[in-house]
Amino acid sequence: MAGAAPRVEVRALTRSARVARAALIGVSLAFLGLLLAAPLGVVLAQALAKGWQTYVAAFADPDTQSAIRLTLLVAAIVVPVNTVFGVCAAWAIAKFEFKGKSLLITLIDLPFAVSPVIAGLVFVLLFGAHGWFGPWLQERDVSVIFAVPGIVLATLFITFPYVARELIPLMQQQGSQEEEAAITLGASAWVTFLRVTLPKIRWGLLYGIILCNARAMGEFGAVSVVSGHIRGLTNTMPLQVEILYNEYDFVSAFAVASLLAMLAILTLVIKTVVEWRTGRGRA
Amino acid sequence: MAGWFRKPSVLPGFGLTLGFTTFFLGALVLLPLAALVFKASSLSWHDLARILLDERAIASYRLSFGAALLAAAVNAVFGFIVAWSLVRYEFPGRRLVDAVIDLPFALPTAVSGIALAAVFSPTGWLGQKLALAGVQVAYTWLGVVVALVLIGLPFVVRSVQPALVEVQRDLEDAAETLGASAWQVFRRIVLPAVMPALLTGFTLAFARGIGEYGSVVFISGNLPYQTEITPLLIVIKLEQYEYDAAAALGFFMLVMSFVMLFAINLVQAWGRRRQVAVGR
Repeated sequence: MAGAAPRVEVRALTRSARVARAALIGVSLAFLGLLLAAPLGVVLAQALAKGWQTYVAAFADPDTQSAIRLTLLVAAIVVPVNTVFGVCAAWAIAKFEFKGKSLLITLIDLPFAVSPVIAGLVFVLLFGAHGWFGPWLQERDVSVIFAVPGIVLATLFITFPYVARELIPLMQQQGSQEEEAAITLGASAWVTFLRVTLPKIRWGLLYGIILCNARAMGEFGAVSVVSGHIRGLTNTMPLQVEILYNEYDFVSAFAVASLLAMLAILTLVIKTVVEWRTGRGRA
Repeated sequence: MAGWFRKPSVLPGFGLTLGFTTFFLGALVLLPLAALVFKASSLSWHDLARILLDERAIASYRLSFGAALLAAAVNAVFGFIVAWSLVRYEFPGRRLVDAVIDLPFALPTAVSGIALAAVFSPTGWLGQKLALAGVQVAYTWLGVVVALVLIGLPFVVRSVQPALVEVQRDLEDAAETLGASAWQVFRRIVLPAVMPALLTGFTLAFARGIGEYGSVVFISGNLPYQTEITPLLIVIKLEQYEYDAAAALGFFMLVMSFVMLFAINLVQAWGRRRQVAVGR
């Protein structure tokens, strides 16, 4: 979603308007402070509650390490796949006029509208022990649910629209004249994409990838349903946070959570830089 | 590809990219969702009614929908004030505040869940003070509302912001010159102009709140009949290997998602028609 922070038109204000301004800004900051800053602060405070050494020691736990490795593995599979999909979808939708296009866009957005729990549920119904392909998979000794493939599938489903959503409006707005010129002058399709389109969309693409990555690493509900919570094997970082939290190991839980929180902050920083770069958000 | 299907273009790659897109969409999203619909439709009406009208399920709908509605309403008010402050006023840190609005999009839900639980638990820093006032947020329905307010906030702010930028300041000036009070200007000029955007944001936040899981389960206490949201009930049914019940409840939620999508499209179409009517 595009952030819009155009320069404010500053005006001379009457006394009552100044009071209203102070009150509204005050309410906004208090609301956001309570809702966003306080939880973020608590994550860091709790993680460091028993000092830096305990914080670092939390990451020495082999189960936590394996959770971090699994999260990185899942993101390493999911993000490239959904990036390729997003670029393909955006190319087809932004560069061509065809029947059923708005339906296609709605369907691509579907994973946004569906509860993460349902994203997990559908794969359990397909591949679980009592699911459609369950017996067939069992005969061949392949496990999808309560194993890494299920986690990858659920995460693919959840992060499916992110790259496409960033690119479609951007490419529609940019139009296709430059690509048409390149093709007419004899450039191949691949060269046209790499030399003409990619430079135009790189910042939007970067933000889409970063956002997709943040969601892939942070997904909880869908992954929780399909993972089976097997320690050291099928726990991702958010699931490890849950387990540690439920065991009252708060320092470790918040230590792992702090890594995820930093990832979120990094995502927002990159988003801000991208908006600054593309001139979006500046009137 | 035949001409009736698409307009001709010199650009290459239509068949390849559209083919891959529809294949991937079908295999990863539509086929699994169809499996859910199929599973639910294989149940008899009797079973379906028994599962969906079960007392515990109805209690969970009441909480999920009620809390999501209340949270969306809170966001409609405070999200509007935040959007207004960001669009109309210059203050130190405005850029930072604007960037931070998207935090709930980027922050993993499990992290916001345990963080809110820590803030609002009876021993947490805000929970302690609220407990003195006799209010308990964590492990009650209020906790669910707080979590859903956090999750829904960016939807309202990001919907309203661009609409507020578009409001014609000269109309407001004219009204003021003609003697309208600040409240009248807001009520008669600003609010009608941003209403479609505000409603869109409200509906998006509501829809997201119904399905939210991660940030809620840590703060809600998860007591059956009292603080158990519908997505959690689905998870519990799955853990007990009651696939039929899980599929029926999941199907119900999927239908609700489609209803919400439809509502959002209606609101947006209404907003576009109004824009045309106003002549912008």
